[in-house]
Amino acid sequence: MSTRRQLLQQGSATLLPTLLPALLPALVGCKTAPPTPQFAPRGSGDLGLVILRASGEVAVIDSSQRRVLGIIKGLGDLSHAAAVYARDGARAFVFGRDGGLTRVNLLTQRIEARVMQAGNSIGGAISQDGRLVVAQNYQPGGIKVFDAETLALRADIPALGANGQRSRVVGLADLPGQRFIYSLFDADAICIADLSDPDRPQVQRFDGIGRQPYDALVSPNGRHYIAGLFGEDGLALIDLWAERPEVRRILGGYGRGEQPLPVYKMPHLRGWALAGGTAWLPAIGRHEVLVADAQSWQEVARIPVAGQPVFVMARPDGRQVWVNFALPDYHKVQVIDVPSRRVIHSFEPGRAVLHLEFTPRGEAVWISCRDDNKVQVVDTASFKTLASLDLPAPSGIFMSARAARLGL
Amino acid sequence: MRLAPTLLLLIALPAWAQEPAPARQQQLIRMLRQDCGSCHGMKLTGGLGPALTREALAERPLESMAATIFYGRPGTPMPGWRGLMTEDEAAWMARLLRAGAPEEPPAKVKP
Repeated sequence: MSTRRQLLQQGSATLLPTLLPALLPALVGCKTAPPTPQFAPRGSGDLGLVILRASGEVAVIDSSQRRVLGIIKGLGDLSHAAAVYARDGARAFVFGRDGGLTRVNLLTQRIEARVMQAGNSIGGAISQDGRLVVAQNYQPGGIKVFDAETLALRADIPALGANGQRSRVVGLADLPGQRFIYSLFDADAICIADLSDPDRPQVQRFDGIGRQPYDALVSPNGRHYIAGLFGEDGLALIDLWAERPEVRRILGGYGRGEQPLPVYKMPHLRGWALAGGTAWLPAIGRHEVLVADAQSWQEVARIPVAGQPVFVMARPDGRQVWVNFALPDYHKVQVIDVPSRRVIHSFEPGRAVLHLEFTPRGEAVWISCRDDNKVQVVDTASFKTLASLDLPAPSGIFMSARAARLGL
Repeated sequence: MRLAPTLLLLIALPAWAQEPAPARQQQLIRMLRQDCGSCHGMKLTGGLGPALTREALAERPLESMAATIFYGRPGTPMPGWRGLMTEDEAAWMARLLRAGAPEEPPAKVKP
């Protein structure tokens, strides 16, 4: 007959070895309190995010150690997701395709705040002082302004076409002075919203800027805004430093007389390549990179490349311009030398190259290869592969150095 | 005797007679989710392009859908995909969308 006592003894005898290892660290922890690595004091200057588009996750990466530090889950539909950084370079706002706006902390690797702000969204921007975050929406068309701390809605500004219907918004960027600039795909217009007083937004509008602006960029000094046009050859430019800013057309009719190729993927202008006093831009529907003089905005060269460019990105020092392509050429990457305007290196880092991001001072570039489930890290001087990270369906890569730059 | 299973399949699935080989089907589904997803959303709920969900396409004739995929829609950003697929594949994709596009299997990535 086994007594209760016997059972207890047996129980404690078997339980103790199990419990001890679990208890020990806690006991030791009281004295020495070793911090867990992710909470150890560290800066965020060499951190970044990789969007994992299929799984609704973001990977936190360390560009010094060239490794993945962790994964943050639960961000929704991240196809075509983008991120902007708070001024501390530690927190990022991720804009999901499904209208989700999520603030993540790269140091704690946690979601801090999240709202569903629209039905269909494609990116956003953060104000110069970091207090306002703005999402650009396809559905309902317009921009929404949020308090960066609480994600509370501060303003909802519809983007209206001539017919009174809401237009899809593209090419949103921050400008100095709590202002944001954006383009209306369905209304051939550019708007500037002044949010110095978010309760009373002032919107200035430029109409007839060209057909179907699809994306845009602002120059690093905030002076020029350029919108690419899908509906015609050419781009729309505004000099924001002019006394009375107005829109003018540049690089008009660059493909005159030629039948454009089918565009399987829209180019992105946000990679703004301003190098050597020239602007480098993807031609729509052509296997060309266009080079314009950044003073006169006249075309100075066209560089034949291996496919239809999607991102045309200058290395931070402006010496090289790196280009990736729309399908069916999206396994290729080419590097153009800026002084000689020649392609100096072509290679195939993996299938479906979606995005390139330079480290802050440009010694390496991170390349997402969606269909190989890899991010390749490549030395920009020797073109050697420095690291290869396994990540599911990687797309956008956003390093924290963006926190200190205008227009990103 | 040997022909019997093939014949049976043909009789049972006349609309699917020219369906792509399984490996190509996977490629096309991936293209649908990932590349069409650039404009139509990875969940095909719409973006620059309209929604491609079963509900959204319920009233659209199959032939018109297949033609849009193959030839594109002039005046809009929708390109013709004939450089990257055959007419039969475009028709197969139209039927797939009409039935509700399947999910892609999750990526196999080393831990």
